[in-house]
Formats: sequence, C-alpha cells, structure tokens
Amino acid sequence: MASRTREQSIPLRTLCIGVVAVWIIMAAFPFLWTAWGSFKVEPDFMSRINWINALTGPRTIEQTGSAFSNSAYHGAWVDQGFWQAALNTAIVTVSVVVLSLTIATLGGYALARSGFKYAYWLLIIALVFRAMPHITLVSGYLLPFFELNIWGYLPTSIIVLVAINQPFTLWMLHAFFLTIPKDLDESAMVDGCTRFQAFRLAVMPVMWPGIVTTGLFSFLLAYNDFTVTTLLLSQDNQTMVPKIASFLGSTQTEGNVMFAVASVVMAIIPLFILILIFQRQIVSGLTAGAVKG
Amino acid sequence: MKHSHFLAFMAPSLIVMLLFIALPIGSVAYQSLFVEHEQVLVEVENCGPFGCETEARVDNAAMAELQETKPMGRFNGIGTYLNATHLAGNEIKAIWANSSSIGDALSGISNLPFYKALIFTLAYTFIVTPLCIILGFLVAVCVNTLPNLFKGPVIFFSLLPMIVTPIIGSLVLFWMIDARGVIGANLQLLFNDPQLSLKASPTLTWITLFVYGVWHSIPFSFVVFYAGLQTVPQDTLESSMVDGATRWQRIRYVVIPYLMPLAVFIALMQLMDNFRVFEPIVGFSAQANATSLSYQIYNDLRGGDSPLYGSAATTSMLTIFGVIILLTPVLIRTWHDFTRKT
Repeated sequence: MASRTREQSIPLRTLCIGVVAVWIIMAAFPFLWTAWGSFKVEPDFMSRINWINALTGPRTIEQTGSAFSNSAYHGAWVDQGFWQAALNTAIVTVSVVVLSLTIATLGGYALARSGFKYAYWLLIIALVFRAMPHITLVSGYLLPFFELNIWGYLPTSIIVLVAINQPFTLWMLHAFFLTIPKDLDESAMVDGCTRFQAFRLAVMPVMWPGIVTTGLFSFLLAYNDFTVTTLLLSQDNQTMVPKIASFLGSTQTEGNVMFAVASVVMAIIPLFILILIFQRQIVSGLTAGAVKG
Repeated sequence: MKHSHFLAFMAPSLIVMLLFIALPIGSVAYQSLFVEHEQVLVEVENCGPFGCETEARVDNAAMAELQETKPMGRFNGIGTYLNATHLAGNEIKAIWANSSSIGDALSGISNLPFYKALIFTLAYTFIVTPLCIILGFLVAVCVNTLPNLFKGPVIFFSLLPMIVTPIIGSLVLFWMIDARGVIGANLQLLFNDPQLSLKASPTLTWITLFVYGVWHSIPFSFVVFYAGLQTVPQDTLESSMVDGATRWQRIRYVVIPYLMPLAVFIALMQLMDNFRVFEPIVGFSAQANATSLSYQIYNDLRGGDSPLYGSAATTSMLTIFGVIILLTPVLIRTWHDFTRKT
C-alpha cells in the first residue's frame, strides 16, 4: 500500500529530479571546482582571459611543465607554516570535544533525571545562552584576558569554546538521556549503588550512541569556529581558520590567494571524511532536537 | 534525584557557563559604560630658525601610566549608547529636521553605522530564514520520491554546504563569483556586460550574501524535513486518498500540518543563527556594502589602531537586547506551557 502513495505522474517526477539535480550541483560543484583549481597556478584559477583556463591550465603547463601543480600546497604547508596551524586545530578540537562531552554528560544526565523546576529553568537559560552571538561574548573576554595575561594561548581558547559549546551540548545530551529508561539506573540504585555508581555502571555502557552524535557536533563547532580563534589566539598559536583568513588579509601578492585555496581544500578534507563515516549520526543528531522538542 | 546530587552532577557545567558566558555578559554591560581615555596632551615648544611655536603632542608615558592604573578607560555613563556610531539620537533629530520627506529621512537614518548594520542583520535574518525553510521542504519532498539507491549519496552531498566552516564556504563561493572566476565570468557573458561585478553594488552584495545564507542553511531544514517525512502517518495519507484528495491537497492538508512543529523548530534555530551573521561578511569582503551587528563589534575590536572596547561593548549590549526580543515569543510560550503544566 505504501507504494501507492508514492506513485507519481511523469512530469511531476521529472520536475522533482530536476530540483534535486539543481540542488546537488549547487551543493557539490563549488567544492569540486575549488579542489580541481587548487592544483593550478593563480593566473589559471583566476584567469583574466577565459574561465576555461581553470580547467585546462595552460599557464600551469607553461610555468611548471604539467597541468597539475602542487606548488600551492607546498607553499602553504611548508613555507607558510600551515602544518603548525593544522596541529593547533587538532589540539583544540580534540580537547574541546573531550572536555565538553565529559562535563555535559554529567550535566545532561542530571537535567534528564531531576524533576525539579529549576532544572527546567536551567534549560531555558541555556537556550538563551545558545542564542548569544559569540562575538558579544568575545568582546567581554578581551579586556579581562589581557589583564590576567592569559590572552593568546591555546588552553584559553579551548576552555572558552567548551563553555560556548555547553548550552547546545547540554540540550542534546539531556534529550538523549530522556530516551534511556529511568528504571535502568533506579534498579541499580535499589541494588545498592550510589547515584554516581548507577550512572557509571548502568547508564554509561548504553550512552555511547548519544555521545558519538553529540561529540560530532562539538567537533564541528570547535573546528568551524572563526570568531573565538581569530580574536583570542596570538599569531603563533593560530588554528587553521584564522590562518586562512590571514592569507587573504595580507597584501594581495600573487600566489597568496593560491595558498588560501590550497589551505581551504585541506581544511575541507577532514569534514568530507567525517560526513563519509558519520552521515547517519549527523542526520539523527540534526533531527533529535526537532522530533522531541 | 536529591538536590545535592543534582548540584554535584551539574557543577562543572554550571561553573564554565557562569565564568565564560554569564560573567562576560556582565563584563560587557560594565565595559559599555566606559570609554577610552582622552589623549594626554603636552605643550612642547619647538624652536627653529624662524622663532618658536608651541605644539601639542601626545604624552605617551602619561598615557601608558593612565592605561596601567585604569585599564577600563574613563566612565562615560550611557554616553556611548547615545553617540553617533550607536543609537545616534542627535543625528536622527538633525536628519529629521533637515529632510524634506519621510523617505529622505529614512535613507539618512539608514546610513548611520548602527542602523545600517541593524537593517542588514534584520533583512538577512528575515529573508534567509523563510527561504531556507521553503526550499529545504521542496528538496526534502523531492528527495523522498527518489529510489532508495540515490538517497544516501544525495544526502551526503547535501550536507556539505552546512558542515563546511562558514568562512571557508563563503571563500569558495567568493572566488567563483570573482570577475575572474567561473560564475562571475559567465554572468558577464550572460548579461553581456564586461563591467558587471557582484562586489561593486550594495544591492548585488546583499543578494550574494542572502544566496550564500540560503545555500548554507538549506541542508539543515532539508534534513529535518526529510526525517519528518519518514514519520508521516501512512494511514492518514491513505484515508485522504480514499476521500479523493489530490496530490497537492494531500501535501497541503496532511503533510504540511504534520510537519509544522518541525518548521517552528527550524525557524527558531535559524533565527538565532542568522541574527549573528558575521563570517560571510568577512569571507566575501563585503564590509563596504553590508555590515551586520556582529561585524560592527568585530570592526571595533580589530579595525583601528587600538581596540575600542567601550564601543564594541555597547554594540554587544544592543545586540543582546535584540536577541532577547527575538526570543521573547519562545520564552512566553514556554512560560505558558510551564504554568499550565504545574
């Protein structure tokens, strides 16, 4: 019977395929184009003569002898020290994910299990905090951080990102813990466990799917952040995103744009792999709040 | 759960939120009442072959000392809120008095920095949000009719614009719409206008930013609607078909009402995210034609020789005020739900 509701007339079906095709091209083409172009030299990628040069690369052949050149990658990675930025990003994202999951798991569990009124209000306050534009918070940090002499270091940014992440992570884990039956930890407590033992022995073994999904979104928030890392990190400690922005900020010397193009492609690769592996979890995470909220 | 247990579990999370979200908001409120020190000037007598003249110079040593003892600057009360780069009361009065028509006055007011940013932010929020809900729904309905084999890859590519760092996504598009890039060059061919540039005129810049915003947010509404479509009760659909509902009527009277709560959820999330629009303006280098409230704060902190903390804090306070107004309907609704329950 389900198939009958899906039946469609030919024109409508074509229209639908058309819509999907247009959307997929819009979504994927810019990334494919940039990835292809990153192996060309700037006069080809940004050709004054003809945009087709970015596909065929006549100047690239002229300058390097081959239609594909990795000079942009070499320049960005080695000469411009992008590897250092990539390393910093790895440190920041891993620390943010681990820290924010640890404290939000405890908090989300408590919020899901307590029937108190103030737990409800905490969630509403968290929602308001979630809506705060990050830059308004950053403008509050700068002066105190300068005074305390903690501006510019990775740990400062990490703890700030953990805090900014917290409202969202709390909401998501709270929603997830609501799906774990109360009986599980309550029967453990009847058997003589303390609250924390019940959490550790009865709840922790079954909570990993929710942790993985929430962790993905924590990762994305830390990895994609521009505001905090640009304003709170010194030049030497920059992560990838502010580093890419700095390639553009400096004078538009030839080749600099190509460093940015190559770095952009390198910064997208981990995200690409992430979707490849965790597509199902990302989709379920996006809908978790909606279906229950 | 006992109160003490609740507190013990919540403590780490509460402490970081208190220290790094609540306290900074307080710090912003306090900072917005202060303004940078006036420059300490000293009179220096400059004697040359043509006589002596006195000249005012900035006394750097005294400035450094003042900065050391009073890092916040000097107290300014609500002065910063009222000055020309924020609420600009006097400027509005002057524009009102000097302009011949209401349209004239409005265009004058919309050139004041704060109002310029506010108008763009609101336009972005209230144009991008509905568009991404409608288009996301359209894509979801269409993807739902595809054979199962194609659904996975389609979702995979659909997620890219949302997952990719906003500033990176906007840079990728920025290079393509450049007059030397693929889209920019083809638009010039299409309109047969070699001077056409999406960066030059304010209107085109705004449209570019809106298109970016929709492109970036469609995946979110698409995925939420798509998941919702899987749970539409088949019985209701079947019975509406028995009653002779056309395809359009089924969507209009069964599917859309069923998905309405999801649309509200998407709207709430998108309003919050779009109101803080900032990265695309940096990525598209659009600050000449379009600034948002967040960009104004960034500009105060990064733009000049020395950061204008007072000015940034004031814009921050006004932005927070805007967020609260935006959230008021949600808060009122939750309050009603809450009082009804208890």
